[in-house]
Amino acid sequence: MSTTTPLAPTAAASPSAESAGSRLIWALRDCWTIVLQEFTHLLRQPSTFAWQIGFPVVMVLMFVYVFGSAMDVTGQGAGEGYVDFAMPGMFAMTMALGFMDTAYAVTHNKEKGFMDRFRSMPMSGSAPVTGRAVSDVIRAALDLAIIAGVALLIGWRSGGSLQATLLAFVLLLWLRLALIFLGIYLGLCIKNTETAGMLFAVAFPLGFISSVFTPPEMMPGWLGAIAAWNPVSSTATAIRELFETPGIEYLEPAYWIDGHALIAAIIWPAVIMAVFLPLAVRQFRSLSR
Amino acid sequence: MTDQPAVQARGLVKRYKNKTALDGVDLEVPRGTVHGLLGPNGAGKTTTVRILSTLTDADEGTAEVAGFDVRTQAREVRRRIGLTGQQTAVDDLMTARQNLTMFGWLFRLDKAAARRRADELLEVFGLTEAAARSPKKFSGGMRRRLDLAASMILAPQVLFLDEPTTGLDPAGRREVWEAVRSLAASGTTVLLTTHYLDEADKLCDRISVIDQGRNFIEDTPAGLKRRIGDERLEAVVSDPAELTRLAGVVTRVLNLQPDLEQTEARLSVAVQDGVSALTAVAAEIRAEEIDVADIGLRRPTLDEAFLHLTSRPQTTSEETR
Repeated sequence: MSTTTPLAPTAAASPSAESAGSRLIWALRDCWTIVLQEFTHLLRQPSTFAWQIGFPVVMVLMFVYVFGSAMDVTGQGAGEGYVDFAMPGMFAMTMALGFMDTAYAVTHNKEKGFMDRFRSMPMSGSAPVTGRAVSDVIRAALDLAIIAGVALLIGWRSGGSLQATLLAFVLLLWLRLALIFLGIYLGLCIKNTETAGMLFAVAFPLGFISSVFTPPEMMPGWLGAIAAWNPVSSTATAIRELFETPGIEYLEPAYWIDGHALIAAIIWPAVIMAVFLPLAVRQFRSLSR
Repeated sequence: MTDQPAVQARGLVKRYKNKTALDGVDLEVPRGTVHGLLGPNGAGKTTTVRILSTLTDADEGTAEVAGFDVRTQAREVRRRIGLTGQQTAVDDLMTARQNLTMFGWLFRLDKAAARRRADELLEVFGLTEAAARSPKKFSGGMRRRLDLAASMILAPQVLFLDEPTTGLDPAGRREVWEAVRSLAASGTTVLLTTHYLDEADKLCDRISVIDQGRNFIEDTPAGLKRRIGDERLEAVVSDPAELTRLAGVVTRVLNLQPDLEQTEARLSVAVQDGVSALTAVAAEIRAEEIDVADIGLRRPTLDEAFLHLTSRPQTTSEETR
């Protein structure tokens, strides 16, 4: 406490009137600051990142080599072509389960008093939400790159054109982006981080009752219908088409949505977002109640 | 402008589903003073601070902070306040300096200014040595100081501290007190909540006691202590049956009505001049030949103070947020 001058209150802080334009610029800047904060975490805690990415990598290896060897998805014998069938599913599942990380981070920030501090500051009110969304999408792109690397190592190849392959990855990120708002909404609703762990109960059916690992046609009728209409399945099926996964012709689309996977993979996330973006905003506002 | 109070609240009411957290709280804090909000858990201290720092909307009543309405001019208020909540809101995954720099950016300083301000605050709060370390490894007192530094980025006119020393060891509490004093000395208006009477006594110019969402008493620390009674004379009888007789002696000697705790065979009474009261009572006890297991003078705990002031058992419910 050598000097007191740096603490003396300022008479009036920065100009008060803000034009709409400068507001937008500040909103973007604040958003970027939150993104930088998230990436500082990543750099300072590479082990956490490794654990988070380790899960899908282990799942890839487990499903392809443990379960995959018993599964006949191409009609050419067990294990045949399963890598090509399962990999798009793995990509889709990683995107689908990502909302848990979002929810956990939001709950953590709320619990730690970060949300309160941010809300008591003159920063842009939307930045905690947009910053979260942007950094999670960047994170998801990193996740995809790593899993794709593992997939290439175990022999997966995209049969589609470069454009089609890129479009597939864009569709994956589109699904992840939509689910971020589900994650933010749930994260704001949940009381503490212990409860956030229980989201697995929601996440598992979302990830597994789908065409991710097993064609819905092979499931009992009613379950197959649920799996086929799961948004995760639409993305998985759409990217299988884009990757021109060998053997998918063998599976006659038994459900209407299966035949329209590409359009469904665009519309489903939009629907999810249309529902959960307003809900998340409402929940965020209700923090002041 | 200068004689306008830093904080002015009238008739704040806040209702939650199953309870009324605030039931008409008034508050006026002159500029440049340290004001304490004292009360048991659930009294409404945190709710009051949350309303004043724009985090929660009041159901009724108005509040102005630094001359701006907390509801309609929240943005203006936020430029002029700092908030240190109950949890230390610092990022454990960043260094102390990174924390302050990030908050600097969010307070809209440019890169160079944010770095300069971070270094300045690290020095003022005695954290320069620890600047490159994560607050995870800090002591409780250091974490709190970093937290305080983060709320001082813009050198706010009004600083809200919600239970700034709860959970700290004595050394940590002293560190935080020191920091709060130097903030106050530099002219910052401080509104702090606490349930430690000694903390309010050491830091505050004035204290508002609130209870069950209402203003109870407002006074200077000295005045408040006078009301509570500086010291209490306490005596425990060996035979509980003798308690009434002992009470009779105390009443006769001191002309005061003691509080009785039958189950513990204990009586206590607030006294002005402790030593002479103790001598007088002790002499009479000997003369009456009452068998006393323990007798002495004690400073009141806050629990007793509330018991005494509010004449009702203290609630044990959690602080409403």
